[in-house]
Amino acid sequence: MSTDNSVTWSSDEMMTIAASRTLQNEQTCFVGIGIPSTAAILAKSMNAPDLILLYESGTFNTNPKSLPLSIGDGELAQSALTVVSMPEVFNYWLQSGRIDLGFLGAAQIDKFANINTTFIGNTYDSPSVRLPGAGGAPEIAAECKQTTIIVRQNLRTFVEKIDFVTSVGFGDGPHYRQNNGLRGKGATKVITDIGMLEPDPLSCELTLTHLHPNTTVKQAIENTGWKLKIANNVKTISAPTKEELDKVRALLATSGKN
Amino acid sequence: MTKTLTLPEAIADLVHDGDTIAMEGFTHLIPFAAAHEIIRQRIRNLTAVRLTPDLIYDQLIGAGCVSKLVFSWGGNPGVGSLHRFRDAIQNDWPRPLEIEEHTHAGLTNRYIAGASGIPFTVMRGYLGTDLFHETKNVAKIKSPFGNEEIAAVACINPDITIIHAQQADGNGNVMLWGIVGVQKEAVFAARKVIVTVEEIVDVFEPRSNSIVIPSILITALCVVPGGASPSYALDYYDRDDSQYVAWSDTSKDRADFAKWLESEIFNESAAK
Repeated sequence: MSTDNSVTWSSDEMMTIAASRTLQNEQTCFVGIGIPSTAAILAKSMNAPDLILLYESGTFNTNPKSLPLSIGDGELAQSALTVVSMPEVFNYWLQSGRIDLGFLGAAQIDKFANINTTFIGNTYDSPSVRLPGAGGAPEIAAECKQTTIIVRQNLRTFVEKIDFVTSVGFGDGPHYRQNNGLRGKGATKVITDIGMLEPDPLSCELTLTHLHPNTTVKQAIENTGWKLKIANNVKTISAPTKEELDKVRALLATSGKN
Repeated sequence: MTKTLTLPEAIADLVHDGDTIAMEGFTHLIPFAAAHEIIRQRIRNLTAVRLTPDLIYDQLIGAGCVSKLVFSWGGNPGVGSLHRFRDAIQNDWPRPLEIEEHTHAGLTNRYIAGASGIPFTVMRGYLGTDLFHETKNVAKIKSPFGNEEIAAVACINPDITIIHAQQADGNGNVMLWGIVGVQKEAVFAARKVIVTVEEIVDVFEPRSNSIVIPSILITALCVVPGGASPSYALDYYDRDDSQYVAWSDTSKDRADFAKWLESEIFNESAAK
């Protein structure tokens, strides 16, 4: 918990609010369950009322009042402008490049924002820990105009070499996306419980550009498994407002309740 | 003309050891009752195809019905891991499980090619990822109309597709609405189709976001109220989130899972 005089918040609340603030009105956003969903629904009630949300279940321009447990909850279908089939979601919306922003999570991430959600340890054929796998993430990472990754920063997750490249950030550097036909810009922001990282415009390497209130550069370095690049002028993200916190908590209180 | 059968009859007649089976329904309208009947009839060596294995295939895998899984996201939505799926991949329990892993878009396009009667289709995806190297039925090709390189995915044609829908009419046509996932593609791709429905109505009412599957595409129709529970059937019943959360505990340990199989599946009173 962090303290700002009388107001306190958790690191998850801070990540959610920071992610929510990056969303812009009238963007089309591809959303997954968890913090991305909470952040997107919060943004619709604050800075971006006309944000268009698409969940991979096919609910298009949905306006949920409660937090869904799964991406296919009835609440998402019933509050949607329309519900479209999977071919329409993936081929017509995502593949054609019509989605502005995708939100992704990660089990492991490297300095080029490549993501692993497939397995940890040993080999693909004989993994120590098998994870759920790809889902919609690889195409979201490839085809959205840009993506934001939301992930807690620690040595287990921020690693020098990920065990499997499930979804591509910048591959091994600046030309990888173009060489593999990935048309979106890739991960333009990585929001963590410590701050925010953005790719260096030339090398594409993730660079710490922002801290949350009450976190430090030292913390960011100690929780990163490679030699973390630090921006010359690291900015501090402003503390959550009372309105933001009230709304996040009200939303979280509805979790899984239709 | 569609045959109306009981669910045990339909599974016994149409699902065989060694079949490639697709049971689709993306979070909504998952055909759980049909899967439970497959477990009860001890059908083996299935190649089971589904975007999200979900609890339904976790149960089939744990019960030993599946030898190969073709999938794109193997988690318990909003909850965490699928423990039977993990135990099969990590420890070969109760038997080794071969996997063929895709992305949602990739597997969707495999169904589209199968439904369309073509050997493969093309899509943007896989290139640059490690999945490209591990997954069969994906290749890189050059566009015949330019120099662009793009992924190709092979068609998939299940021996049988099983889906659940809200309604059938008196002529055996089927209507489903709400989230419709890849059901239409999985039906068109299949050689045989079983549909379980909540009820039979005289006439379909017009509804938003609905699709109709004409009876000529359906091999057998079964009336199974509640057949999608603990997932949901829009306008009939809600998703039982508590069962999805509880599954984590029920399935974590092999002995607890075996008890669940005994009391919920093999127990006489559990069979419908």
